Amino acid sequence: MNDELTGYNIGYLDEQTKRMIRRALLKAVAIPGFQVPFASREVPMPRGWGTGGVQVTATIIGEDDVLKVIDQGADDTTNAVSIRSFFAKVAGVRTTTRTDEASIIQTRHRIPETPLAEGQTIVYQVPGPEPLRFLEPRETETRRLHALADYGLMYVKLYEDIAKFGHIATTYSYPVMVDGRYLMTPSPIPSFDNPKMHRNPALQLFGAGREKRIFAVPPYTDVESLGFEDYPFEPQRFDEPCAICGSVGVYLDEVITDDAGGAMFVCSDTDHCQRTAAAADANTADTNTEEVPA
Amino acid sequence: MSGDQTLLEVRGAGHRYGDRYGCRDVDLDLWPGEVLAVVGESGSGKSTLLGTLSQRLSLTEGSIHYRLPDGTRVDLSEISESAVRRLWRTEWGFVHQNAADGLRMHVSAGGNVGEPLMATGWRHYGRIRAAAAQWLERVEIPVDRIDDTPATFSGGMRQRLQIARNLVVSPRLVFMDEPTSGLDVSVQARLLDLIRSLVTELGLAVIIVTHDLAVARLISHRTLVMKDGRVIESGLTDRVLDDPQAAYTQLLVSSILQG
Repeated sequence: MNDELTGYNIGYLDEQTKRMIRRALLKAVAIPGFQVPFASREVPMPRGWGTGGVQVTATIIGEDDVLKVIDQGADDTTNAVSIRSFFAKVAGVRTTTRTDEASIIQTRHRIPETPLAEGQTIVYQVPGPEPLRFLEPRETETRRLHALADYGLMYVKLYEDIAKFGHIATTYSYPVMVDGRYLMTPSPIPSFDNPKMHRNPALQLFGAGREKRIFAVPPYTDVESLGFEDYPFEPQRFDEPCAICGSVGVYLDEVITDDAGGAMFVCSDTDHCQRTAAAADANTADTNTEEVPA
Repeated sequence: MSGDQTLLEVRGAGHRYGDRYGCRDVDLDLWPGEVLAVVGESGSGKSTLLGTLSQRLSLTEGSIHYRLPDGTRVDLSEISESAVRRLWRTEWGFVHQNAADGLRMHVSAGGNVGEPLMATGWRHYGRIRAAAAQWLERVEIPVDRIDDTPATFSGGMRQRLQIARNLVVSPRLVFMDEPTSGLDVSVQARLLDLIRSLVTELGLAVIIVTHDLAVARLISHRTLVMKDGRVIESGLTDRVLDDPQAAYTQLLVSSILQG
C-alpha cells in the first residue's frame, strides 16, 4: 500500500509488546485451549471491538502476509473495513477479501465457508474467554475448575437448555473440549461453525483484549462440542438456500427487506456468496441477461 | 455396616483465624452410620469445626484421617486438592444453614440435583432427569416443580432441595450446619423427620451442628458440647442431655423452655 504510515513500528505495537504477546501465543499453542493471561495494550479502538484480535494480528503479521478481516462473515462491515485499512496503514500489508488468498484471517463470530488450508492462521476476536462464567462468577474458582478439569458445571447449562426448550438451545458460543483436556469457548461463533474447528489444518488463535486472555488451537487438534448421550451436539441447519447465490449448507443471515414482515436469507460469508454467484453467472452468461444483485 | 472401623478419626484438630483459635484440641471418632451432634452457643466454634473437618477451612494443627470405601485410611492433609474435591463430589455432602449457599438459585431444581451427577460423569440427560425427579419425590418436593428455580421455593423446600442435591450421589458422610434453623417449627419437624428417615435408610454418617438441643435429642446418637472453641463434654446424646456433667452443659440443658 502506498499510503503506509511512517513513524510507527510495523504492525503498530512496539517490539517489546510483540515479544510479550508472542510468548503468550507460544504458551497457548503449547497447551491447546488453556487461557494464557497477557498484558493487553491500548489500541486505537474501544475494548470490545476486537482489540484482542487486533493485538494478536499485529504481533504475528509480517510484510509478506495477506490479510482478510471479516465481521459476522462479511468483508464489508464497519469493523472489518476499518481493521483492514488499519493494518494496510500500519503494517503496509496487502489485504484481500478472498479466503483462499489470505495468510491471516481476523474474524469476529464466523469461520469462512471456504475450507482453511495449512499455513493459514485464523485470529478470533473474543469478547468473553471464560465458558464457565455463566455459572461461576469467581475467576479464582473457574481457574481452579480448569486446573482440576472439573467440568460438570458446563453440563448444567446444557441441562437447563434441554429442560427449558426440549433441545440444546445454545446456538452460539457453544462450549467445546479441546484435545480432551481444556474446556473452551469457541468465541461466539455460531454452533454451525463448531465442526469446522475440529482437526482444522489452519492455526487458530484467540485474543480477548478486554479480558486479557489469549488461547489457541494448533492445526489438526481435536475440538469436540459437548453434548449428552441422548441429546448430542447438533449444529444449526437451514432449510432454504441463499437467496442470492443459491448455496446450501452454508450459514445464512436474515435480511429484513421491508416494513411488512418481508425478509430473505442470504449467505453471511460475503466472499463465498460473491464467488458462487459469479460462477453461476459465468455458466449462464450466454443465455441469461438478468443481473444478479451484488 | 461394620462397627469396628472408624470412618473419621480426628486428633487434636484446630483452626486458627489470624492469632485467634476458632476451635482447638478437638478429638473425635465417627463410625459409619452414626449421627453426631455438635452443640454449643453461637461463637463456640461449632461451624469452624465443621468447616475444618470438611476441608473447607485449613487444618492449623492436629490430624484428620478418613477411611475410603476400599478400607484404606488417608490423612486428609496429605492428599491432593483434586482428591479432596473428589471426596466432596462422591463421598461427602454439605448442607448449609442458608440454602442459598448450597444451591444455585437461578438454576432449576432438576439442574441443582443433577449437577453432582454430571460432575461425576453422568452424560445421559434422561437418566439424570429421572434421578433428579426421584430425589425430589423423596424429599417431598412436587415433581412438577422440577423446572422451577429454588428462588421461587419456600425456605423449607429450599432446604429439602439442598438435602436432595447432597444425597443424590449416595455419600457416606454428610456435614450439616444448622439445617433447621430459620424455619418455623412445623417445617422444622417435618425436615428433621425426613433427615432421620433418610439417614436410617441410607446408613449415612452425619455430623450435625446445631444450637438446638431438641434437634440433637431427636436425631443424634452421640453429642459433643463445645464452648470457646473446645469440646467440654461428649457422650451418648441421652446421657449428655439427661445427666450433664460439665457446668456449662447443665446451664445449656436447664435453659430449655419447658412448655
